Amino acid sequence: MEHIVIIGNGIAGITAARHIRKQSDKKITVISSESDHFFSRTALMYVYMGHMKFDHLKPYEDWFWKKNRIALINGLVVRVDISNNTIHLQDSQEVPYDKLIIATGSKTSKYGWPGQDLLGVQGLYSKQDLETMEALAPNKEICTRAVIVGGGLIGIEMAEMLRSRDIPVTFLVREDSYWSNVLPLGESQMINEHILEHHIDLRLSTNLVSIIPDEFGRVKAVTTDNGETIACNFVGLAPGVTPNIDFLKDSGITLGKGVKVNQFLETNIPNIYAIGDCAEQHQAIGNRRAIEAVWYTGRMMGEVVAQTVCGNKMPYNPGHWFNSAKFLDIEYQTYGWVHGNKGKPAEETHFHWRHEKEKICITMAFHKDSKQFLGINTFGIRMRHDVIDRWLTEKRAIDHVLIHLKDANFDPEFYKSYEAAIISSYNKEYNTSLRPKKKSWKRIFSNA
Amino acid sequence: MKTIQNIGLFIFLLGLTIFSLLPFVGSFELSKTTLDTIAQEKNINSEIFLDKLHSTVVGKEFSGLLSLSPKIATNLEQANAYHRKNKEYNKVIYTSAHDLTALIAKKSANGFIVDNKGLMWWLTFGLGIIGALLFILPNVILLGKKGIKNNGIYLQNATNRGWIAWMVFVFLVTFYLVLYFRPQFAVNWTFLVDPISFSLSGNEAGHWFVYGFMYCTVMTVMAVRMYIKYRHNAYQMLRTTSVLFFQIVFAFLIPEIMVRLQMPYYDFKNIFPLDYDFFFQWNLKSLIASGGIGLFILGWGIALSLIAVPMMVYFFGKRWYCSWVCGCGGLAETLGDPYRQHSSKSLFSWRVERWLVHLVLVFVVGMTLMTLYSFFTGSGTVLGIRTQSVQNVYGLAIGAIFAGVIGTGFYPIFGNRVWCRFGCPLAAYLGLVQRFKSRFRITTNGGQCISCGNCSTYCEQGIDVRAYAQKGENIIRSSCVGCGICAAVCPRGVLKLENGPEKGRINPTEILLGNDVDLMDLLNKK
Ligand SMILES: Cc1cc2nc3c(=O)[nH]c(=O)nc-3n(C[C@H](O)[C@H](O)[C@H](O)COP(=O)(O)OP(=O)(O)OC[C@H]3O[C@@H](n4cnc5c(N)ncnc54)[C@H](O)[C@@H]3O)c2cc1C
Ligand code: SF4
Ligand code: SF4
Repeated sequence: MEHIVIIGNGIAGITAARHIRKQSDKKITVISSESDHFFSRTALMYVYMGHMKFDHLKPYEDWFWKKNRIALINGLVVRVDISNNTIHLQDSQEVPYDKLIIATGSKTSKYGWPGQDLLGVQGLYSKQDLETMEALAPNKEICTRAVIVGGGLIGIEMAEMLRSRDIPVTFLVREDSYWSNVLPLGESQMINEHILEHHIDLRLSTNLVSIIPDEFGRVKAVTTDNGETIACNFVGLAPGVTPNIDFLKDSGITLGKGVKVNQFLETNIPNIYAIGDCAEQHQAIGNRRAIEAVWYTGRMMGEVVAQTVCGNKMPYNPGHWFNSAKFLDIEYQTYGWVHGNKGKPAEETHFHWRHEKEKICITMAFHKDSKQFLGINTFGIRMRHDVIDRWLTEKRAIDHVLIHLKDANFDPEFYKSYEAAIISSYNKEYNTSLRPKKKSWKRIFSNA
Repeated sequence: MKTIQNIGLFIFLLGLTIFSLLPFVGSFELSKTTLDTIAQEKNINSEIFLDKLHSTVVGKEFSGLLSLSPKIATNLEQANAYHRKNKEYNKVIYTSAHDLTALIAKKSANGFIVDNKGLMWWLTFGLGIIGALLFILPNVILLGKKGIKNNGIYLQNATNRGWIAWMVFVFLVTFYLVLYFRPQFAVNWTFLVDPISFSLSGNEAGHWFVYGFMYCTVMTVMAVRMYIKYRHNAYQMLRTTSVLFFQIVFAFLIPEIMVRLQMPYYDFKNIFPLDYDFFFQWNLKSLIASGGIGLFILGWGIALSLIAVPMMVYFFGKRWYCSWVCGCGGLAETLGDPYRQHSSKSLFSWRVERWLVHLVLVFVVGMTLMTLYSFFTGSGTVLGIRTQSVQNVYGLAIGAIFAGVIGTGFYPIFGNRVWCRFGCPLAAYLGLVQRFKSRFRITTNGGQCISCGNCSTYCEQGIDVRAYAQKGENIIRSSCVGCGICAAVCPRGVLKLENGPEKGRINPTEILLGNDVDLMDLLNKK
């Protein structure tokens, strides 16, 4: 029986394992050194905040693996021996494989800051990170101030976590507005305001210079490029993530920043594949990055590689981009492409609407000449994925999208809806006289 | 703000302590005339019992029910034993010792509590309400900006099965045991609400009136908590208002007022088979005896079960009842909300749930068929089984122990919908309709789920919502009461409760939006 070995029990590795099992009877082994069972990394913050216990993060009950004949090994892979088709674990166990799937995810990037490895300085990626955070910043008495470095999604999550225990937080952001390389300005500014509302000391255009230890080797302060020294006893590093592939150096597998793969998720070695955060496409697909460190990508790649491994060779060919996040109390969804400062093509025009009082806004991107709808960001409004996805596929014009916006609303029942306000604002700005149409189930299900 | 909360907590606990001590205090002195009236009212013609009471109880002052209760119980037992031995069955007293003691205590109490009903109300209910509100209201400020407020739920003793939760558990279970099985200890509580009962129905309060009043009070106070916690969520605000309205007006006020108007006591929103004794002989007789209104109620009750349930569930899902109207649901969604996360999500619990709840449904339907057969034929037995015994078993095991003691008492440990999920036969019935013929579903938003688990954790019905959401599958489950909390707590906007066309309700699984089109084709072909 063919033996498929998967390194990494994250969303990518586990999805691959599940789908291989669905389609075949192959022997499957999943190896990971982080936790016995698959858990949802995206929800680590909620454990610290007390919304859930760690056990709630596990999407499958513990009996699931045995029942589905997916063997689990808790161990660290230190070397892949491609000539003997064997992997070596730290405890000197050797596991032979017929096909190998590398799904080792990421680790927190560190940029060589002085003091970056001190006690009390950490990122938030793994279960172990959660545990050290709980130990070092359990409350505001022990942790009198925390500094978060890096204005992205994990940074704001760490800030929210610490604030849930009333720990004072200083938030250093390199850009002049929060996440402004991704978000258009209006949105980014709204989030700045919201961060301040949550009593987070937001420092824009500020870089970390060094981290200073006390006599016990624990962080006692950081210095910034504004010449300031901020006393603190916890530093959260969230400048981004890099593929977790150091153990593959010299293995013969071609590496770039990540494990280099083609569209079939194949590495240069015929029976070895890489998926999820650690995979790097030779050529980025569409507007996507060559390394896509998001949950959904891991899942999709897992599904696709399972097909290939089971003999039905299939390229990774993702549909329209989508993503979502939550900035403190504000939910964010995005579909298609709405560019921030960075990399915005000249022909991409934005229509932005913001509620006068509430922290609600949307931005729609469209082609300035053809008016083709390119993407939408919503803050505080939920959107129906399949409707927007269809509009993108059908290359609808912005007018069509606006008129039918009610079809795409996904807010809970009885919520106020803002389509009328949005359209009238658009009409004013572009001198049009569009009118919203009533929600139609028929249209919503038109290709279901 | 924290200080206000602490003061509130202190005041609340003070009220609660006084309330809890009441069963043990008070003075009772039974007069000869009172005993005679009771004897007449209850058809007691056992001279032995009455003589004994005259010599050992009448004219003596008892302080606290602990001293009075055993006296009556032993006398009653001895008298009954004697009569049974001598085959004087007409003299045997069939009223239970507890009920009789409750009646005697109610009529013979004197002293501070009885003389100061208003004051005592304030010292118990009053302090409880004021304290609880002082504890709850500061949250308007303390909770900060509107949004999901689940911080610390698993870090706090009371909401994480700590000792506080266990104390609440013991308190609730004891309270229900008293209500159902030792009503004499509730007598002092009835005095607190006598004035209210008088003004509504014109009668003195019994222990079920205490319960009804307390139910409404607790729900109202805890609804304030809901309003603050979910003030960003229109669905929760409306739903809470609705259950509160139906509890206070339909379950509490209207029945009492109907009694005042010489009509039968009836809760117009209590539907068979939750209202399991609707077809019991005594109820049918009393309805038929009350003329027009009785017949109307009979018709209404049948129409609710046979027409309203399937129709409303078809259009709105079972939530129209379970989360918008029902009293049990109402308590679960207010008092029980802090405990919703404790419902078990395991596959095992789901299995137990399906067996249990449907067995109860079969039980209640079987019992009702027997009852009707007995009613129309006049025969007390069906296939050799006594209808009355079956009714008694149901009333005790399901009506009292499951719905009351377990249903509410277990909130702090097993979650707030134990009864609704495992026991309620009406929920089973609504659920069958919801599963097979309804426009209601929880739509999963394409591929947006990040498997975080908030939805499953906070589902009070123990549904593993995430298991569906992460597959892009709509949630169509008979047990879903449509509370809407899963959709509220989801940080990625993945879930929406909605009523839509039946086509498209059950969506194909396996295919996740965002995946490559070929893959979707492939799976479609399979
Ligand atoms: C706090 C946080 C919040 C996030 N929120 C979101 C979000 O909201 N939306 C979103 O789309 N994405 C989010 N992400 C990103 C998302 O979680 C990742 O993209 C995803 O988990 C990657 O999955 P993966 O399976 O590729 O790798 P991982 O989940 O990283 O799994 C890899 C596993 O392999 C193990 N491993 C690595 N090397 C070895 C070795 N040598 N031997 C043995 N085991 C090894 C690791 O310990 C790990 O358990 C978040 C990430 C974090 C950290
Ligand atoms: S599935 Fe959602 S709406 Fe249904 S009972 Fe559970 S939490 Fe409530
Ligand atoms: S809460 Fe939302 S994102 Fe989290 S598991 Fe449930 S549906 Fe998915």
